[in-house]
Amino acid sequence: MKHLLSTASLAHADASAILDTAEEMSAVSTREVKKLPTLRGRTVVTLFHEDSTRTRVSFEAAAKRLSADVMNFSAKGSSVSKGESLKDTVQTLEALGADAVVMRHAAAGAAHQLAAADWTDCAVVNAGDGTHEHPTQALLDALTLRRGRAAAAGVDPRGTDLAGMRVLIVGDILHSRVARSNVWLLHTLGAEVHLAAPPTLLPVGVEHWPAAVHYDVDVALAAEPDAVMMLRVQAERMGGAFFPSAGEYTRRWGLTDERLAVVERLPGPARDGSGAMILHPGPMNRGVEISSAAADSPLNRVLDQVSHGVSVRMAVLHLLLSGDRGPDRAAEAASPAADPSTDRSRP
Amino acid sequence: MSTISQPPHFAAPSAEEATAPVLIRGARPYGDEPTDLLLRAGRIAALGAQAAATAAELAEDGTPVLTVEAAGQIALPGLVDLHTHLREPGREDAETVETGSRAAALGGFTAVHAMANSTPAADSAGVVEQVHRLGREAGWTRVQPVGAVSVGLAGERLAELGAMAESSAAVRMFSDDGMCVHDPVLMRRALEYVKAVDGFVAQHAQEPRLTAGAQMHEGAVSAELGMPGWPAVAEESIIARDVLLAEHVGSRLHVCHVSTRGSVEIIRWAKSRGVDVTAEVTPHHLLLTDEQVRSFDPVYKVNPPLRTAEDVEALRAALADGTIDVVGTDHAPHPDQAKECEWVDAAMGMTGLETALPVLIATMIETGAMDWRRLAEATSARPAQIHRHAHLGRPIAVGETADLVLVDPAERRTVRPEEHATKGRNSPYAGRELPGRVRATFLEGHPVVLDGALATSRTGRTADRTVAP
Amino acid sequence: MAQTPETSQVMSASDLDRALTRIAHEIVESHRGVEGLVLLGIPRRGVPLARRLGERLARIDPGFSPEDAVGSLDITLHRDDLRTAAARTPEPTRVPSTGVDGTTVVLVDDVLYSGRTVRAALDALSALGRPATVRLAVMVDRGHRELPIRADHVGKNLPTSRDERVSVVLSAVDEVAAEDEGVLIERGRA
Repeated sequence: MKHLLSTASLAHADASAILDTAEEMSAVSTREVKKLPTLRGRTVVTLFHEDSTRTRVSFEAAAKRLSADVMNFSAKGSSVSKGESLKDTVQTLEALGADAVVMRHAAAGAAHQLAAADWTDCAVVNAGDGTHEHPTQALLDALTLRRGRAAAAGVDPRGTDLAGMRVLIVGDILHSRVARSNVWLLHTLGAEVHLAAPPTLLPVGVEHWPAAVHYDVDVALAAEPDAVMMLRVQAERMGGAFFPSAGEYTRRWGLTDERLAVVERLPGPARDGSGAMILHPGPMNRGVEISSAAADSPLNRVLDQVSHGVSVRMAVLHLLLSGDRGPDRAAEAASPAADPSTDRSRP
Repeated sequence: MSTISQPPHFAAPSAEEATAPVLIRGARPYGDEPTDLLLRAGRIAALGAQAAATAAELAEDGTPVLTVEAAGQIALPGLVDLHTHLREPGREDAETVETGSRAAALGGFTAVHAMANSTPAADSAGVVEQVHRLGREAGWTRVQPVGAVSVGLAGERLAELGAMAESSAAVRMFSDDGMCVHDPVLMRRALEYVKAVDGFVAQHAQEPRLTAGAQMHEGAVSAELGMPGWPAVAEESIIARDVLLAEHVGSRLHVCHVSTRGSVEIIRWAKSRGVDVTAEVTPHHLLLTDEQVRSFDPVYKVNPPLRTAEDVEALRAALADGTIDVVGTDHAPHPDQAKECEWVDAAMGMTGLETALPVLIATMIETGAMDWRRLAEATSARPAQIHRHAHLGRPIAVGETADLVLVDPAERRTVRPEEHATKGRNSPYAGRELPGRVRATFLEGHPVVLDGALATSRTGRTADRTVAP
Repeated sequence: MAQTPETSQVMSASDLDRALTRIAHEIVESHRGVEGLVLLGIPRRGVPLARRLGERLARIDPGFSPEDAVGSLDITLHRDDLRTAAARTPEPTRVPSTGVDGTTVVLVDDVLYSGRTVRAALDALSALGRPATVRLAVMVDRGHRELPIRADHVGKNLPTSRDERVSVVLSAVDEVAAEDEGVLIERGRA
């Protein structure tokens, strides 16, 4: 794996490797020494063409825990917003010695273009591109779901996937890169994905997705999901006439106190009626898509999601920056001598 | 291989008498049996045995005759493109009349129609006369300017259509192409007004409110890629409205770059009702689909967008059966920086003049969807008729205008945009192997392209020289 | 691993078994008992070797609890050749719930070669805590050290050239029958 651009193109084995690696990274975060020397001397650049302090800080923490040098490049207020082309910016960054570029961009496909063009040799991590994908968010959600189920069953999450889990995603699917990345990844990992949204906030073509579509949240909840993921609803969508008012949205699609009571009684991952997990990519709009009680519910995994975000991003940076200077990675992988856990074959 | 029996005389510009007679040997008109053709004084002077005999007589009399060996090559009437963006005036960094004309000649086009979205827009007699003059001075192909429907293509009030029609450019085709004449009242008035000059309106059918911010075809792929969609209905609803308007006011409507199956069905229905409507399809909509957008390479960004495989099938069938009358390139060159950027910021459009015939051979001839005669009709006869160019798009027959293209259908080449004559490098076929190479193009009997390369223009320009010696 | 003309067996399954038993006795002897003793296998082959050593220690001294005192120590994230090595998912690191502070940790691996794995293991260990003593047990020492590191307990010293490849074949890792375990040497496989 050279880049992480989307979950649509992520194979089950690669996704599992990232999640299993993230488990070890999580363990590191509980140790006395929270830092690993893994990426010592490597440089990770965060290139954010869109404000997102949460995601940037998470990537920065991940890179620093792996001992990488981090350069933060906020395109807002820099030359990028004054008409410098993406190509020029990235070539500048590479000249500064970047090994990996973590990019957030308002344009769908920007990370793909970066990876596909001859502009740079850096590993590219898509940290959100327009309304296309946000793969590390989906990976941290998958880690949260996997750990939640493993904890309920009292087993080791390593090596498991999401087969048999039912996950309901509610809200603005049309404009959500989080929803897209989750649909592909959760499906790849074996989960059954359900979507609930106003028809205006579902894309034309959603019928081709590997997901069941509901217009009614209560019907979707009756299908007993193991987890409910609430998406943030942007205030500006009301101006686009996607729905009549915030009040109507909350009544029909919000996780209200009444619906929280339903979620609390669902079988949940433990299958014992202890309730479904609640996920939210943050930041939450209390009183709009989620009630204050639901936001503070013990079923809510938002804080787990934040810490899992660091673990997943550590795993991604580790996997992308391992072996990137290898002489012939394909040949090496094919050779039995490639097992790096012992040094018997390669001094 | 062509052989020049005696050095032709190029000095005098635009005088047909100065062009040496040309003997084309062994070409297959419309793919039929091989024959010889003699071009003289701008016309096809003789065919078959008579051609060779006359050429021999001329040579004996000391008249230099250019002999072009064309065994295995198909002879077609010179191509006529109703939809070309030459960018001049205003965006000479993207294309000029000179470079666009060269690209046209290399693509086998003996006439192109320069769309009005230049800067300033071709909405006045002054601009259309300028473009017309630049085209004549270049001399690689005929350049017929298209006039804007509305002032500045703003869609608010009619441009001086009469003045453009009466100008030396003799404009008959009016289009705001790039923008849709979306106001139904303005469209109605335009359709009515052009009747006075025997003109027609070429509509870029795109409902603007349904396509605000649109980046690609709205469907399964746009849903996955998270890009704002350009729904088929935004094209089809305008076409439906316009055919009804054209019927109501009894005027002529031409629909540019039809891209959807639904549009084809509406046009078929309108034609069956007797509406005076004609339609065009681009080569790229006959070959490429929205699946290409998955690469996020802005070279595939075009308006209307690349559609689905089902649309491509419907468009091919409609072109073959005549529901879609003509092929128009929508040749839209852009400077590199307009494409070397994020998809959302990239310009829309693709180059097309130098790849049109190869794409048509790949999509329509090699698939068996149509024969060379129908191809000649769609690329030459029909577009000339639509514009009412009496002397263009004529059949390959004695006495007709000697606008001809020789194409070798067997030669397959990999498209290399950097080798193209257009300034635009934005070819969606870069790296793709396509059949059919234009070997020669004759403009009123004058060889502007020989051996697949630019020869001389009718005004004495060469690939290296834009001023006559 | 099938034997080929270039492959020869240098230790059989029973040789391996005897070596483990001897190393177990050596460990008890040098540590003077099993109190505060922790075995950490280095994935992948060090892990089953550590487990088997632990079973033998428990037989020698029932005071040794393999469940509590045998673990694993993954070194993937501490390697110094990540740029050239193929990407690999880290194996679990499991240490006694009481930690490693003040204990005697015996690192267990299959082959000692350049010494770089052991260096990485020492780094990984220092991130977990501060053992009183760290010792090293390996099944094969094949020489060619690049760092000042030596093993305390060795199953077999095996002089090799660099273009040879040494494999410790274990049923837990290599999916072979117990009687097909052993140590193989292959030539021309640098």
